[in-house]
Amino acid sequence: MIEFIAGKYNFWIAIILMMIGFYGVIAKGNLVKKIISMNIFQTAVFLFYISIAVVDGGTAPVLWDKNVPFDNPLPHVLILTAIVVSVATTAVALALIIRIYKDYGTIEEDHIREIHTKRVTEARKNELC
Amino acid sequence: MNFVEHLHVLIVAIPLLAVPIIPLVGRLRLDFSWYFTFLALSLSFFMSLNLLMNVWGSGPVSYFLGGWRPPWGIEFHFDLLNSFVMVVTTFIAFVSVIYAKQSVANEISYDKIPAFYAVFVLFFVGLFGMIATGDIFNLYVFLEITSLAGYALIAAGKRRYAKMASFNYLILGTIAATFIVLGIGYLYMATGTLNMKDLAERLPEVYESRVVFTGLAFIIVGLLIKMAVFPLHLWLPDAYKYSPSVVSAAMAATSTKVAAYVMMRILFSIFKIEFNVIGIPITELFIYISSIGIIVGSVLAISQTNIKLMLAYSSIGQIGYIVLAAAMMNPVALSGGIIHILNHALMKGGLFFVVGAVAYKLGTEKISDFRGLGKRMPLSAFAFTIFSMSIVGVPLTVGFVSKWYLVTGAVASAHWYVIPVILLSSLLTAIYFGRIINLMYFSKKPDEGEIIRNEAPFGLVAPTLAVAGLCIFFGIAASVPIEIAAKAADALIGGGLWK
Repeated sequence: MIEFIAGKYNFWIAIILMMIGFYGVIAKGNLVKKIISMNIFQTAVFLFYISIAVVDGGTAPVLWDKNVPFDNPLPHVLILTAIVVSVATTAVALALIIRIYKDYGTIEEDHIREIHTKRVTEARKNELC
Repeated sequence: MNFVEHLHVLIVAIPLLAVPIIPLVGRLRLDFSWYFTFLALSLSFFMSLNLLMNVWGSGPVSYFLGGWRPPWGIEFHFDLLNSFVMVVTTFIAFVSVIYAKQSVANEISYDKIPAFYAVFVLFFVGLFGMIATGDIFNLYVFLEITSLAGYALIAAGKRRYAKMASFNYLILGTIAATFIVLGIGYLYMATGTLNMKDLAERLPEVYESRVVFTGLAFIIVGLLIKMAVFPLHLWLPDAYKYSPSVVSAAMAATSTKVAAYVMMRILFSIFKIEFNVIGIPITELFIYISSIGIIVGSVLAISQTNIKLMLAYSSIGQIGYIVLAAAMMNPVALSGGIIHILNHALMKGGLFFVVGAVAYKLGTEKISDFRGLGKRMPLSAFAFTIFSMSIVGVPLTVGFVSKWYLVTGAVASAHWYVIPVILLSSLLTAIYFGRIINLMYFSKKPDEGEIIRNEAPFGLVAPTLAVAGLCIFFGIAASVPIEIAAKAADALIGGGLWK
């Protein structure tokens, strides 16, 4: 049992981080906190990728000496791409949050929804008059 | 090197190169940005037609990016299925960019138009790439390109809540994409390769492994969110409602369908059919959720008062047909699903075109304002009628063809309980579209005077009518898409896809 937990600790860390992020995305009402949680969620997956690249006794994948075993560089490269994507997503999300804040004066999801329903009902009333 | 060899990769590359150029030329003159957009996307369309003819004539083609041979390099692989989906998507891109000219000028503030077109092209680049690629990680990258462009396009909507709709989609879309990349990681762990062909060869050895199950489960859940299949559809109605009309048309017609194509690719090409039948009860699960989704989508559509929301819920029902077709695991139903990709793209794209034309002229999206549209905007109303008959499944329209194949497929594989679902949903569809047709042609307010004819401009009506014409054309001359779809479905089921 101990071996099951300790021997695969990299997966446990990835899973725990993922669940923290996932919980935050779902449960937090603050839009910025949602984005932070989303980043944690993505980072967990990145760590998972990096950890599966490890080779026993491997060094950094730089070819100084051909006889030394080295880690698999492919997941590293993939995650570089994924990090870029994640940064772009965060940028778009933050830009959206700025616009939302300008329109609604708040970044709490509940308040935004309240203001939205209020505006919709008012618009309906004006139409009927 | 000869040029023709590179023609297939240019379908993706030309629009990608156009993306940074469009805002630059837009600075010189505003019109130029549209001309460049049109040029890039129409070139893609004609090249993909050429591609489909090539593949039809002489079998699948591969293109190695940068000359690196797979499995090390990235490969674009075209077989019948993805060149067919490519033609559908590029056609929708081509038509919607024609439609976009006047619609966008009306809905987007003029200093943002060049940037809007750049993002619009980027959205399609992502979709084209998702269709073309033969590398599963590359698929994720293109998926994120199209999603990111999609968020920006939705946020370009005029109404204030558009940003919030876009944000909600961003959260769900990112969760979906992260699930997909995690699933890809699991598959990579089990096989050590990312090339789809290579995966298909190496996976059978590890079908028993739990890593592979988990990987597939993550990828499928991610794709179901992207497709907006019933329990995971929550982002879709707001996203379609608040986005500019040309964006809702382009998105509704293409993005969920491309995700459905990716699902077919993963279920049938990367994982062999034996895995799906024996492995986990994923197909039965699909049949249940898509059947529920078809009914729930149709029922929710009936209760809407906003036309865009109604069409969005109808989309949720319609995507259920494609999932259902894939889940029944037999070639007849699957070819029905592949044709439905074309048919639903035509019908839903066309319907959103009409909605955009109505919004252009009357500035409304309320269903009650469609009253008297048959006299006010006769051409648009006529096109709307054709699309709705097609979506209900009236014979001589495309909708009938795909429903026919779905039902015969269900009979062939003895999924009897699917047939009442399809028939019931046709009935429900008839209810909510019948209501609008009734409003357009036969309903009149008593105190209203003579209705003046006030048709939308030619630039909006022409593409709508062209799509409506295709709806009828492929309903009568159905043999062309059916032959392609049937061959593609046979290849998928037989697992002989890569040969």
